[in-house]
Amino acid sequence: MSAPQLADGSWQYRSINAQNPGLDHLSDGLLDLVEAGVPVVAGTADLQYSNGLVKFAQRHPDRFVQFGISEQNMVSAAAGLATTGVVPFVATFASFLALLCCEQIRMDVAYTKLPVRLVGHHTGIALGFYGTSHHATEDISALRAIAGLTIVSPADGPQLRAAIRASADWPEPIYFRTSRGRDPQVYGDDVVFEFGKGIEHATGTDLTIIACGTQVHPALAAADALRAEGLSVGVIDMPTIKPLDEGLVRSATARSAVVLTVEEHNILGGLGAAVAEVMAEAPSGARLVRHGIRDEYSLIAPPTHLYAHYRLDAPGIAAVAREALA
Amino acid sequence: MSMSHVPSSTTLTPDRPTADATLLADRAAFVRTETIRLIEIAKVGHYSSVFSAAEIFAALYYGVMRTDAARPEWADRDRFLMGKGHAAVGLFPILADLGYFPTEVLDGYTRLGSPLGDHPDMTKVPGIDFSSGSIGHALSNGLGMALGGRMAGRDFSVFVMLGDGEMQEGQVWEAALGAAHHRLGKLVAIVDRNGFQLDGSVDDVIGIEPLADKWRAFGWNVHEVDGHDPVAVRDLLLALAERPDGAAPSCVIAQTKKGKGVSYMEEEPGWHLGYLMPADAERAIAEILEGGRA
Repeated sequence: MSAPQLADGSWQYRSINAQNPGLDHLSDGLLDLVEAGVPVVAGTADLQYSNGLVKFAQRHPDRFVQFGISEQNMVSAAAGLATTGVVPFVATFASFLALLCCEQIRMDVAYTKLPVRLVGHHTGIALGFYGTSHHATEDISALRAIAGLTIVSPADGPQLRAAIRASADWPEPIYFRTSRGRDPQVYGDDVVFEFGKGIEHATGTDLTIIACGTQVHPALAAADALRAEGLSVGVIDMPTIKPLDEGLVRSATARSAVVLTVEEHNILGGLGAAVAEVMAEAPSGARLVRHGIRDEYSLIAPPTHLYAHYRLDAPGIAAVAREALA
Repeated sequence: MSMSHVPSSTTLTPDRPTADATLLADRAAFVRTETIRLIEIAKVGHYSSVFSAAEIFAALYYGVMRTDAARPEWADRDRFLMGKGHAAVGLFPILADLGYFPTEVLDGYTRLGSPLGDHPDMTKVPGIDFSSGSIGHALSNGLGMALGGRMAGRDFSVFVMLGDGEMQEGQVWEAALGAAHHRLGKLVAIVDRNGFQLDGSVDDVIGIEPLADKWRAFGWNVHEVDGHDPVAVRDLLLALAERPDGAAPSCVIAQTKKGKGVSYMEEEPGWHLGYLMPADAERAIAEILEGGRA
């Protein structure tokens, strides 16, 4: 099907590939590593424009592998690559990476303890009207059960880039869970990342919101709104889901009456579940409310409409918090 | 970086092994008798899957592959991967024989805490180049190794043994497509075409013929060989090991007999997973040694 041609011979059709800024921070993080002397190899499964790896590929064609739409082959091959002394980063939509390749991740990447870096992008409901096949609201749950796999869900591009830089000193295989790369930024380019450490933005006695990924930005805005109403509200960004910063969770539960977890993910098995496990084993009197996708498949809509519908935006999170405190 | 798998580099290059026909036949018989001995410890195992591959194991480790047991992580070594990881019990005795680990380790096969189980584990067993057990991954793992060899400018070959039932896994064909596209001439797939899988004959379960045509159609350099003629296997694999990176990858279809070497086991699908009672084991070993001398 061809688009109508204009009088000057150009096409009205706009290439999404060309205009999509993608995850610039992914390529930038990999370029940082190369500069630091880390033998990075990047690979993708026909999504170099969606994840922005095209930028890395153009700079280092000899360090880039196009695997085509063969995700399982890509993950297993990344493990083979890692045995030769390179550090492979392979990226595709999180839905395919975490679920289609779950067994390759377990057998070839985690069981072997190889330093493979898996980058699942467009997580949660970020792909909006592309629908359930392209949504990833189960990836944390599925991969948390895999022994030896580190799971990182950065709040924004700069934190992703910082986490990639920090991964040079992290020997375990890693699953990076990242969104579309055009989400509002929480951090500046100077942000520092430490694996296994949460970031306490504020403390509060009424409520602590523990959020990850795209939900950190709206959680901070929701906290501002709640404070304006006279509440004492803390916010923790928990980018490393596994290993979880249990000490920070316990300090929040010791301080706050209510802990509210917020994630763009099923509330079963994700961040909320990880926090619940800590709270169950170290009872504190604090009450837990898990907010996220409530064990269902998302409706079809543009992403921003979905975030509003599922109350995964600042007004929605504030409303959930008010109900929890009522 | 604190990576445990980053190999060390060296300029020392051991020669290829040079076993003659007698030694190759002897080592194939050794694989079979040791397999019987080890499975006696576990009381269950994949005898017949090893027996179809015994000459291929012997040819690779005593006649083809550049390896160094003193340096299992040597960066320039040839690699061997097993898609049919359930035949690892036949490989462990070879690794011990070559000095990768003390032979006494074999005596604890499958016992609590042993590094040796039914499937090979690279994190526990020196000389195992990649873990396996889930059928269908190994050709992709080998593809990645061949890519890594290219990127590092190394000249090693990667041999990947696949079961014929394994041809039913979709990922094998993803890897077949990818390896041909990337012209991984140092990658050699060896299909152990023994004709049987757990539920019966491959033809009856899900047929895979015409197999050679399939690999040719995927862009591979395809050869067929009698998998129980260790000299023929050795000579073919030696020739393929010399193919350059940038050429089409090679696929060897080794025509074999499941259970080869023990008359009552040959081509009997019930033996995919089984246990020989001591008297039967004795009879089997006698037959194998008789065949090994023939």
